[in-house]
Amino acid sequence: MSVAMPAPDEAVLARRERIVAALRAIVPGEGVIAAEREMRPYEADGLTAYRQLPMVVVLPDTTAQVSRVLAFCHAEGIKVVPRGAGTSLSGGALPLADGVLLGMAKFNRIREIDFANRIAVVEPGVTNLAVTEAVEHAGFYYAPDPSSQIACTIGGNVAENSGGVHCLKYGMTTNNLLGCELVLMTGEIVRVGGKHLDSGGYDLLGIITGSEGLLGVVTEISVRILKKPDGARAVLVGFASSEDAGECVSKIIGAGIIPAGMEMMDRPAIRAAEEFVHAGYPLDVEALLIVEVDGPPAEVDHLIACVEAIARSCRAVTCRASNSEQERLLFWAGRKAAFPAVGRISPDYYCMDGTIPRARLPQVLKRMRELSESYGLAVANVFHAGDGNLHPLILYDANKPGELERTEKFGADILKLCVEVGGVLTGEHGVGVEKRDLMPAMFSEADLKQQQRLKCAFDDKGLLNPGKVFPTLHRCAELGRMHVHAGRVAFPDIPRF
Amino acid sequence: MADTLRPRDAKDVEAAVQSALAAAKTVEIVGHGSKRVIGRPAQTDLSLDLSGLSGVTLYEPEELVLSAKAGTPLAEIEALLAANGQQLAFEPMDYAVILGGHAGRGSIGGALAANISGPRRIKAGAARDHFLGLNAVSGRGESFKSGGRVVKNVTGYDLCKLMAGSWGTLGAMTDVTIKVLPRPETEQTLLIRGLEPAQAIAAMSNAMGSPCDVSGAAHLPADIAARLPAQEIAGGAVTALRLEGFSPSVAARKHVLEALMKPFGELATADEARSRGLWTAIRDVAPFAVHPSTLSPREGEPPLWRISTAPSHGAELTATIARSAPTQMFYDWAGGLIWLTIEAAADAGAALIHRAVRTLGGHATLIRAPTSVRATIDVFAPQDPALAALTKRVKESFDPQGVLNPGRMWAGV
Repeated sequence: MSVAMPAPDEAVLARRERIVAALRAIVPGEGVIAAEREMRPYEADGLTAYRQLPMVVVLPDTTAQVSRVLAFCHAEGIKVVPRGAGTSLSGGALPLADGVLLGMAKFNRIREIDFANRIAVVEPGVTNLAVTEAVEHAGFYYAPDPSSQIACTIGGNVAENSGGVHCLKYGMTTNNLLGCELVLMTGEIVRVGGKHLDSGGYDLLGIITGSEGLLGVVTEISVRILKKPDGARAVLVGFASSEDAGECVSKIIGAGIIPAGMEMMDRPAIRAAEEFVHAGYPLDVEALLIVEVDGPPAEVDHLIACVEAIARSCRAVTCRASNSEQERLLFWAGRKAAFPAVGRISPDYYCMDGTIPRARLPQVLKRMRELSESYGLAVANVFHAGDGNLHPLILYDANKPGELERTEKFGADILKLCVEVGGVLTGEHGVGVEKRDLMPAMFSEADLKQQQRLKCAFDDKGLLNPGKVFPTLHRCAELGRMHVHAGRVAFPDIPRF
Repeated sequence: MADTLRPRDAKDVEAAVQSALAAAKTVEIVGHGSKRVIGRPAQTDLSLDLSGLSGVTLYEPEELVLSAKAGTPLAEIEALLAANGQQLAFEPMDYAVILGGHAGRGSIGGALAANISGPRRIKAGAARDHFLGLNAVSGRGESFKSGGRVVKNVTGYDLCKLMAGSWGTLGAMTDVTIKVLPRPETEQTLLIRGLEPAQAIAAMSNAMGSPCDVSGAAHLPADIAARLPAQEIAGGAVTALRLEGFSPSVAARKHVLEALMKPFGELATADEARSRGLWTAIRDVAPFAVHPSTLSPREGEPPLWRISTAPSHGAELTATIARSAPTQMFYDWAGGLIWLTIEAAADAGAALIHRAVRTLGGHATLIRAPTSVRATIDVFAPQDPALAALTKRVKESFDPQGVLNPGRMWAGV
């Protein structure tokens, strides 16, 4: 795969040795990696089709080091790419040939757990699951649960505004944060928020979350922790058509029920998952729905009965409620293994991530089947049905000449289709490099320029993670220019009082 | 009196800002004016009245989304949602109670620009958490959009968050999309009587740390509780814990919560109707209401502050302030939100309150005070230099000439 990245700055590359020495003076010992062989593990993130060795890898250990590294790079005009665990599926942590790769893995401490205020203060390199593990002895957990939660870090979750299967009810990362410490490209350290709710000024925490590492480097994060619900049960429902399944989802929400999780799979995904984990999924259905509700037993049992009744009214072919924790986990095992399951039946697969208004699902699936035929590539779908987040998995073989390129084109067509029906390019994986050039399908030039002006407020030289998110790079001076048309008739015909 | 423009559509808004730029005039952005007296007093050349941009443009209950023009009355949206068994989960307060004016006013754009919230903030979030998409005109006179009309979206920067709570200083919103949620089938409130603030905060913290899914936790000291209608509260301090949801669930959770709260004090229950009344009063800060006939705050009303802090610091924070000046206060958000009136020094207690908040963490906003006071003190919490500089650069990235609501939050922003 190829994607155009900002042209390497030859002047920076020519100074590489001096730059490495200067960085070693800031981050001593093994914190600076310059040998090609040792930099290999950093050449790609979860979107492995894109690879690039960085100029140098720096692994700082303290906020002061991050600040000094960034200040040095700012003064020297050196690009910086921040990286958490490198699980991004959109190439958000793809290195630059003339850039410093700033790995935050050493920031792996939990600084404070405050049960009275239901907050954990953690460093960005702590994994998502480790936050829950640190508080679960007291019955608490951290709600956002992206499927990479064993590996992905909180810092990366902030950068990508990660979701998970439970985000319909419990929100995405952005709804579960209280504060952060942020180092700007100049090396300035800014504290935003704290242990209290909402900001006294602009919601900078809200804008940093999901900014894909383009605005600053987060060095500490305060997250909200929640008490674990008493229990949970799931219902597994099979339908003869995606229309029936979609109707069922709508009726559940229409009945005032916000399930903890609501996942849909199509026939190819069901088959792949069942063959892999033997979860007991019905194989003769077009769509399978897993609906999970949580809370006290009285609530769970009440809602399970409601969901079963709704499913039957929507012509469910099969309908089974979990009667034990073991059974509930088995229902999920298939869904959670859907990606590797598809990986078993195809040499390679490409995971897409668009969101659509749910009512348009049948139309989108139909069009996708047509595209699948015309591209000659199979596709399996898993779908966060509650919130309309669709993950089509395109099956391909990278060893067949041209197939990867066809896959990319097919993927782009799917995402454009999502936008066409009123949806968006990405629900949770981020834009990164992967969807960068599709941004104009959703945003006008003016929209994108306003977003880039905001970046200039944080990063005046455009040194932090350039080449991600925005298809065209503009200099801040150019973006800031105003064209005020003096002498125009004031308010031509707006009613005035 | 500034000249008032009433645009009819987004194009008019764009033209108005462009013309203001060309004439080097500043612009106040007004929806219904229900929160107009919050912030530093505006001294603008023009007012842009967005109330003409009104109407729900899309409502799909089963997709949990609603789009409306920015000037659409909140009351109209809430009525439409109620008819479909849904609601704005962020429970927007009615500022008329504490600021005067006609009840039930306020636009959706204003609610978002002020990032308002209610007692459900601790569970369901503030306006920011339900803000999915927007169209706005920047201080450059350019229309831009952000977000979308689906509940899950990470495409590009989340400008909705930034616009929420920016008080019209970054852009004039013309269209917005919000997430809506089912209205709970029923609710009940467990009341604990006679607690001191520190005990009450311990009780609320305990309740919030239980799996009972408490959706409101407030403490009213005796003098404040006495101001609420008698049928809701019968004398003495009261700590209120709200449970909402499907009736079997509410009943089950109440059973568990009662057992948990029993050691703290004497318990009582407010049934559905009384619970709704109580939380509406807490939401609207009714204990600090202006006289019902008042259409705008009078000089004689005591200054009213809204303070957000970590719940466990609530009691200490108010005690610190009360040592230096006579105050009255109550606690929402399990102690994290403090509504406080202070017998005013010339600065409405600003120096004292901002100092106390800086020490213990959080932020304070002066919600009600005479214009003369608001013109001279920090209405919003002062920021440290790095954050203030970043705030200013963010403002300039949307509004380089400073034409939109200049100085409403801080001088120069």
